[in-house]
Amino acid sequence: MTQESEALCFHFDVDGNNFVSAGEASVQVKKLLRQMGFTPDLIRRVSIAMYEGEINMVIHAGGGVADICVEPNKVCVTLTDKGKGIENIELAMQEGFSTAPENIRALGFGAGMGLPNMKRYADNMEIDSKVGVGTTINMEFFVNEA
Amino acid sequence: MEYTHSVSLDRDKCKGCTNCLKRCPTEAIRIRDGHAVIDSRHCIDCGECIRVCPYKAKTAIFDRWEELDHDKFLIALPAPSFFGQFAKLYDADYLVSALIDMGFSDVFEVAKAAEIVTEYTRRYMKRAGVLRPVISSACPVIVRLISLRFPFLCDNVMTMMPPIELAGKMARERTKQQHPELSDEDIKTVFISPCPAKVSWVKNTVEGEKSPVDYVVSMSDMYFRALGVMGEQRNPQRTSETGMIGMSWASTGGESSALMNDRYLAADGIENVIRVLDEIETGHFPNLEFVELNACNGGCVGGVMTVENPYIARVRLQTLRRYLPVSRNRLPIDSAMKADEVPDELFTVEPLQYRNTQMLDEDRGESIRKMQQIEQILEGLPALDCGSCGAPSCRAFAEDIVKGEANEMQCIVRMREHLQKLLDKEGEDK
Repeated sequence: MTQESEALCFHFDVDGNNFVSAGEASVQVKKLLRQMGFTPDLIRRVSIAMYEGEINMVIHAGGGVADICVEPNKVCVTLTDKGKGIENIELAMQEGFSTAPENIRALGFGAGMGLPNMKRYADNMEIDSKVGVGTTINMEFFVNEA
Repeated sequence: MEYTHSVSLDRDKCKGCTNCLKRCPTEAIRIRDGHAVIDSRHCIDCGECIRVCPYKAKTAIFDRWEELDHDKFLIALPAPSFFGQFAKLYDADYLVSALIDMGFSDVFEVAKAAEIVTEYTRRYMKRAGVLRPVISSACPVIVRLISLRFPFLCDNVMTMMPPIELAGKMARERTKQQHPELSDEDIKTVFISPCPAKVSWVKNTVEGEKSPVDYVVSMSDMYFRALGVMGEQRNPQRTSETGMIGMSWASTGGESSALMNDRYLAADGIENVIRVLDEIETGHFPNLEFVELNACNGGCVGGVMTVENPYIARVRLQTLRRYLPVSRNRLPIDSAMKADEVPDELFTVEPLQYRNTQMLDEDRGESIRKMQQIEQILEGLPALDCGSCGAPSCRAFAEDIVKGEANEMQCIVRMREHLQKLLDKEGEDK
């Protein structure tokens, strides 16, 4: 019970069949982080990056899972999907590059800012993707106490 | 400083049912010893619990007409929504006159101040460095909700006085000009309010500051009194001083549409508002200029102390304002004033401060440990969210256990399992 080194983890299923519910996990995470007294700045970074990731998984990969691990000075977010994978990660990281279908863009998504925003708000980000197999994104956020 | 709320409970009437418990948007209510208890740290005065209580055990605390000091110069400040309550009101002048006939010394419509606030909001939006979207400061429930739950939006809330405060201030100034013989003490302003949140607003002003509103009376109380007087009127003695814009503030969209800027969002109903704020905080609505949020369905016409259905009240106001001038309260055209200037006296004393009331522990490591315990306890709970334990959900119950405010055997499902085990054990023993 009292091992301090063991991180507290939360698991969320991101439903790929229900576009309307995309973004709900990040709202829940926001609430949990607030209860644990993280700084507003960290909470904002985590929730925006996670929101973008959730939307991506719903649009491109038919959903996936989100795992959040919390330590006193660090929050890790891992997003895993079994979607079509990213062909060219470097290209995908460019602002404005998007492969989202037209109907999604009509809703205001698919502006090609998802991955760049995640990169901007996370302190570390790693993308591991295989075409036809899926994508895993690891993001780390550190508490910068003033 | 302890925050004073305006919802009170009649313990004899409260049955300890789960209606208010489940409805409270901030999970501020628990049932303890068979009665509802409100945690004042989380309560935002939205009035949902008053609305939903089937036993009328929850009431809003208002100043009562009989208890006002009638020797003073009493100025009525009717909210715009008040004008939408009456079925046979064809002209606002009749209601303004009825307030005088009832015994008020003067009337200063809040809608009048609202038109001034509209003018200044347009100027405020032109100021350099103002964060977008600008969030309206008119609904006190929303302002408190943001200060408790949306740290990143605190700086977006307009730092300008809401119409009710400005109305109180302007009413006093006008009276002092017209009646120089009256002292500050002789003048009392009385707001006719559609909701309890305005009561808390007036009671909880920043330390050292006194609200320009002295009393808050309930709209439903004033409705019946005004109705009695209005029937006797032939020709109204007084005229209303409001235009279309001021009247429109009574329902959602009125405040925003008057800004002549179509990049606005207007939402109402506390649950909808929370969803919208979550999305704005995540940065999901780009290019929004202005956000108007009202806790009640339909806006102020949906306040818990109103008499009429909010949608009907809204239609009535549309009829009432049809032949009104667009606005009757404009700023003097003063060449010395810059296009984005707002006088200092219109600003609130302090910008909105975020206060995290949800933290499990001051120490983050300890908070994480407590969260770990919550997760563990939660696994053993039935996930029914039935409310029988006195908490609104199994998660809230697990939090209460960890905070030491509840124990696991208050869960009736766990209790039944526990009893079953005891019975089984007794069976084996025999």
